[in-house]
Amino acid sequence: MRTLRPWCTALLAILVVLIAGKGEASFSLHGFIQGNYALDTASANPDGRDSKLAEERAQLKLEADQGPLSFFVKTDLAWDHLDDKEVLELREGTVDYTSSNWDCKLGRQVVTWGLGDLVFINDVFPKDYEAFFAGRPLEYLKKGVDGVKFGLYPGFASFEVIAIPLFTANHFPDAQRFWMFDPLPMVTNRQTVEPTSNLDNTEVAVRAYRDVAGFDVSLYGYRGFCRQPAMQTDSPSSPTRLTLWYPELAVYGASMQGSALGGVVSLETGYYDSREDRAGDNPMISNSQARFLVGYQRQFWEDFTVGLQYYGEEMLNYGEYTATLPPGMPAEEKLHDMVSVRLTQLLRHQTVKLSLFTFWGLSSADYLVNPEVKYNFTDQIWAALGANLYGGGEPWTQFGQLDHNDSIYLQTRYDF
Amino acid sequence: MKRLVLLIMLLAIYLASSALAASPDEIIQKSQTAFFYPGKDFKARVMMKLISPNGQERVRELTMLRLNTGEAGGEQKYFMYFFQPAEVKNMTFMVVKFPERDDDRWLFVPAINMVRRIAMQDKQASFVGSDFTYEDVSGRDLGDDSHELVKEESLNGKECFVIKSTPKADSANYGYKLSWIDKTTFLPMKEEYYDRSGATIRVFTADEVQEVKGFPTITKRTMKNLQSGHRTEVYYSSQDYNIGLDDSLFSERFLKQPPKKWIE
Repeated sequence: MRTLRPWCTALLAILVVLIAGKGEASFSLHGFIQGNYALDTASANPDGRDSKLAEERAQLKLEADQGPLSFFVKTDLAWDHLDDKEVLELREGTVDYTSSNWDCKLGRQVVTWGLGDLVFINDVFPKDYEAFFAGRPLEYLKKGVDGVKFGLYPGFASFEVIAIPLFTANHFPDAQRFWMFDPLPMVTNRQTVEPTSNLDNTEVAVRAYRDVAGFDVSLYGYRGFCRQPAMQTDSPSSPTRLTLWYPELAVYGASMQGSALGGVVSLETGYYDSREDRAGDNPMISNSQARFLVGYQRQFWEDFTVGLQYYGEEMLNYGEYTATLPPGMPAEEKLHDMVSVRLTQLLRHQTVKLSLFTFWGLSSADYLVNPEVKYNFTDQIWAALGANLYGGGEPWTQFGQLDHNDSIYLQTRYDF
Repeated sequence: MKRLVLLIMLLAIYLASSALAASPDEIIQKSQTAFFYPGKDFKARVMMKLISPNGQERVRELTMLRLNTGEAGGEQKYFMYFFQPAEVKNMTFMVVKFPERDDDRWLFVPAINMVRRIAMQDKQASFVGSDFTYEDVSGRDLGDDSHELVKEESLNGKECFVIKSTPKADSANYGYKLSWIDKTTFLPMKEEYYDRSGATIRVFTADEVQEVKGFPTITKRTMKNLQSGHRTEVYYSSQDYNIGLDDSLFSERFLKQPPKKWIE
């Protein structure tokens, strides 16, 4: 749980101001109650249990606005049966100010950039991969950032400028619940160091976008930190302590999306500048990369849509990487690439949704398969039953390492 | 001389009658203008009830905004904001309609704050799961059908043209359509869709017409699927024309944060 109390206090104070203020204010309260469970089908968890997820959760979404100001809080209270604890989490909490050609959003907010379907180039914002692999609804893959976002709309283009003073790391699957590759399993003395909050460490992300000849074109820039930690040992030959930390990163990229070839075509690219290992000779820090994505989406018949993607990451300075890689560590490929296929069919007045999502690693020969059936019993109640199946490749590749984590999941929700 | 007078009279009658009786293409064109293009812009609070054969109801409540950016029959922009069901509350959807090619469509998913283009080439696909298709909501390209005046008759006290529209080539998943078009307002009072074997598959009825700022407007309508027994009832709880919609509304910015004054 991240620093919930100060945010809540600040936002509640603003809410009180809004309520107490004169003039027309409007409110709305919505949310859901959800049950979410996932059972192992391949083998038990590392901790011996046979469930990836067992929880009930209530979400409240409160919106209020008055004049140019609006206020939004989305907060979850969850009962986690695996760890036998309650979790209170502020998912989003923002104050917005809107003017005619600019606006501003302050607080914890979800930002989604880029065009990838479960692959991310210019979406440099935090993710919760455990949520996805455990079988939570897709929205839980995204984590909010704590910062301020300005939108500028001068007419010739639109701009988003985000400053994030408080770092949020990606959340990776928990070692108690998931089988994962660990290059140094014997080193159990571990610590994680996050960037301290100061002006120098404030992350900045900028996006400019506009229509160009019927295509949605965006340019992106980011200066901050890699959200996947690097490792540092106290001694290369006989390590006893491991430090996980977040190296500096900058990303520059572009994307375009539009109607073509009878469907929607997406192109996205990005240059990952590994600012603390530009030479590529520190094997503990990811090298700089070029990332690229080609996507195509098409509706073949009523309510049946196919989405295809090709995604690649090319490691730069590969020679330096292999020359300095310690013996015994598995080497990454120079080009890590994969394809994805998403099939979606809606039935019975769009109340039944059948979907199949798969990743196939071209360079690593591993896979992820995610079939799902969702049914809306009424306008308020729905349930989804699905599975996450992994395999192929090597014990250290992206999906190969998840081989023993196959599971089926159930999501049920009452919306109000 | 008598013959010449007779000839001139006959010619005059012919010319007069052909000037009065519009061709089927003109009737359909006028109908489309009256049905899908009235005003410079339009706003409606729309309530849709999707009713299954066993009586189960699902509700879709939305605000629909339309801006004509071209002539009647030309380019239009649609903006939709969903109030209900709760699962899609705050979702917005934008369509730029092009008469001669596929529409561009964008969807905003509030849960992850994401705007994406969506591939939906099929204009005869169901609109939000209802018995109405996208074409029923925003109109069908005039040139896609050949039109024929079958008869003129009175329907519920209104004099109507009955036009048979047969899709050219494979531009539709039905065989033909019969439209009862009110001679005064040019609004369709009833439409019957037939499959290629001649069986009725869907029936549209205009259940209530109000005049709004001088534009006759269908404020209550029903589409019934005769094969499944499923039907959709739509009514406008409010509607207005020429409200001064600006082109800049149809943007990513406002998909994410629709201005209150337009959606409420």
